[in-house]
Amino acid sequence: MADAADKTNGSAGDGGLPKPDPPGYFEGESMSRRKALTVAGQAVGGIAGAVIVLPAVGFAVAPIFHQPQERWESVGPVSRFTEKTYTPVVFTLVQGVGEAGKTTAYVRKATSNETQPYEPYIALSTRCAHLGCPVHFVEAAGNFICPCHGGVYDFAGKVIGGPPVRPLDHFQTRVRDGQVQVGPRYSVTSQLQPVRYRDPGEYTGGIWNILYPPRPDTLPAP
Amino acid sequence: MLIPGPLKKPPKPGDGDGAGPAERLKETPADLVGWIDERTGGASFLTGMLYRKVPKGTTWFYTLGSATLFAFVVQAVTGVFLAMYYTPSATQAYGSITHLTNDVFLGEFVRGMHVWGASLMIILIWLHMARTFVFGAYKYPRELNWVIGVVLLILTMTMAFTGYLLPFDQRSFWASVVGININGTGPVLGPYLSDFLRAGPDFGATTLSRFYAIHMMLIPGAIAALIGAHLYLVAKLGTTAPPWLKVESEPELREQEV
Repeated sequence: MADAADKTNGSAGDGGLPKPDPPGYFEGESMSRRKALTVAGQAVGGIAGAVIVLPAVGFAVAPIFHQPQERWESVGPVSRFTEKTYTPVVFTLVQGVGEAGKTTAYVRKATSNETQPYEPYIALSTRCAHLGCPVHFVEAAGNFICPCHGGVYDFAGKVIGGPPVRPLDHFQTRVRDGQVQVGPRYSVTSQLQPVRYRDPGEYTGGIWNILYPPRPDTLPAP
Repeated sequence: MLIPGPLKKPPKPGDGDGAGPAERLKETPADLVGWIDERTGGASFLTGMLYRKVPKGTTWFYTLGSATLFAFVVQAVTGVFLAMYYTPSATQAYGSITHLTNDVFLGEFVRGMHVWGASLMIILIWLHMARTFVFGAYKYPRELNWVIGVVLLILTMTMAFTGYLLPFDQRSFWASVVGININGTGPVLGPYLSDFLRAGPDFGATTLSRFYAIHMMLIPGAIAALIGAHLYLVAKLGTTAPPWLKVESEPELREQEV
């Protein structure tokens, strides 16, 4: 029986190499070499994988963070638009996709008692606030009607029937050299307060502005 | 010997008169399949795969998975040939589809196979899933295969969603607009998912090519890999007997039960 004082990591007394105890660990080591090399190898492999994967993923999601340019397009002289009814205008929303990039907006002159949202001309997007189908203006009823799921909006663009979750979106308007120009799109709350542009189907106002956060690839509301 | 015999063991080396060179020469396969098999061991794999035991009561219901696999193969083959004529550009996509359908020899037929085959694949997946559910074939030890199957279902639905846009006519355009907006109604992350699918806040120049890349490369690869895992687990775990078949014990054991 060996003496209690003999229980060290030192030699067994026969002149051979010292036996590590616990196995793999020599005196003063907190990590065996095998484990250190395993961790180092996995770290290098992880870095090599990240170097390949992260740029590829960033490449795919980059458009989400792309700040767009503000574009304005003339849609006709001021004499073309009245307060009484909407005039449809067609302009290019997205460049480079031909006909698919064009959109229709309904434009009228703002009446003097209209304070919210303040624009010289009211330009309503034809994109239904339910799921994005194109609405059309029915002159006789003074309403906007969506063909897909039956959404109905009144003359101001507020929802009066069907599944839409908020009023029709607006485009900013301005007058330059006697021409009415339409600019960036923005959404409105049910009280017609401007908010940053949201996709169709997303509520606006109050807590919804957090649940459906504004996206960095849209322009701020006026 | 294209398909090996059932569970026939090859003679052990040295079982003959002697393990001399002449004996070894006799064992060396002289045909191409044998040559490949000697180097890959594929024959034993195929033997295990093709001659594995199936439970009593295996019926036509059990072919729905194979039918779904066949539908996927049809989609893959016709899809490759459609891609030879298709142009994933917003200004040319519709024209290339019109040309493919009306002018190319058998174009309408191949496109029809792809279009109708897509619906068929979805139907077959649901039937296959219903069979698995009703027969209780998702239970231990096959839960993981059920999970893989559900992922395959989701991937196939994504294929249907991304493929629908590619003809780029009015119907597919507006259906995709609506579909992307449905994705956007998910709280917090939904708007960003929509932006990812469209590559921007509006349906833009690279939306179509994005859908095309997802439809053409990303998901088919994932589906093929998961089908491999799905089949591996089927071969490893075997299939289940239908629930109306009771387990019969061996006759001699039955006597002991009394």
